[in-house]
Amino acid sequence: MSVIKKMVTLLRSSVREIGESVVDANATQIYEQEILDSRRNIEQARVDLTAVMAQEMQTAREIERLKREMARYEGLAVEALDKSQESLAEEVATKVATLEAQLEEQAKAHAGYAVQVARLKDLIRVAEARIRDHERELAIAKTTESVYRATQSISDNLGAGGSKLANARESLERIKRRHENLADRMVAAEQLDKELGDLALERKLADAGIGPDAERRRLVMARIRARQAGAEGQG
Amino acid sequence: MKALLEQLRGLDGLTGAAMGGVAVQLQPIPGTVPVIQVSIEGREELPIFVTCSDTQLLCMCYLWTDAEVKPARRTELLETLLDLNPSVPLSSFGRVGDRYVLFGALNRDARVEDVAKDVAELSDNALDALDALSEFLK
Repeated sequence: MSVIKKMVTLLRSSVREIGESVVDANATQIYEQEILDSRRNIEQARVDLTAVMAQEMQTAREIERLKREMARYEGLAVEALDKSQESLAEEVATKVATLEAQLEEQAKAHAGYAVQVARLKDLIRVAEARIRDHERELAIAKTTESVYRATQSISDNLGAGGSKLANARESLERIKRRHENLADRMVAAEQLDKELGDLALERKLADAGIGPDAERRRLVMARIRARQAGAEGQG
Repeated sequence: MKALLEQLRGLDGLTGAAMGGVAVQLQPIPGTVPVIQVSIEGREELPIFVTCSDTQLLCMCYLWTDAEVKPARRTELLETLLDLNPSVPLSSFGRVGDRYVLFGALNRDARVEDVAKDVAELSDNALDALDALSEFLK
């Protein structure tokens, strides 16, 4: 049965049950042991595979050599016949027959090694698939358990403090209101900044003798001077 | 494998910085598995919980419970969540018991910088999702 199918069945239980029961300690141990065993099998299979592949290559080389030898001796036998050396040709034919027997033997061994290579490669593939399966199964089970246990802890903890995870809508409203307050404060601050900025500018303009304030001072000054001039004229 | 709290050292500062300088607090939750509560200033109602198993580190935000869903619109909500799932960056919708969650999963050995990024993203996504989907809630 697939891991996810098992989970679907399990998830029909309550939060607390799931938190406690997803990871069956026994099953976990078995899986972990199987993962270890599979790893070891893979290592051994890799060592074997290297050896067998080396032998496969050796036999392939030997087959090539024997074929070359046979061709050479057959050529020599033909030459012997050409020169009517019948018995020499017979002798060479015996040699070729021996080589042919050796070639057959090597070819058989080579085929055997090829079969072994294929078998070892399958073995490694299967073992790796099993490791992946078990690891995934363990990961899913353990993560489910963690998540449910964490949720249990969180609810227990918040419940013990007299509060609970708040109603979502209320939470949202509160956060939004706080956000609006912040936004309002920022707008107010911005306005204040602007007003203060304007004030500073007006003061600078006045200092430079520009604007209504500067004009007013000039007019007052002129009035005072006029008064003074009048007083001097009378005196 | 490092202890969770040790692995998350500095998460408060990094998350706060990622969110533009807000205050962030870390609080371990007692229980049988390691859980750290991450509270973000201004979003105290939507804390992020970081927990872990042997293979994963999970950041979770609890959104609402089954009881809060308008029964007449439940199927529509579930379909919307499925549709949204592939689109929401770094976060997925899920359900733990009767609680709907938004979560992000990281490698068990994730760097605290990556966890901070995930937490910040998750918080933004959770708030956004809550706002967008509140029409399905009572």
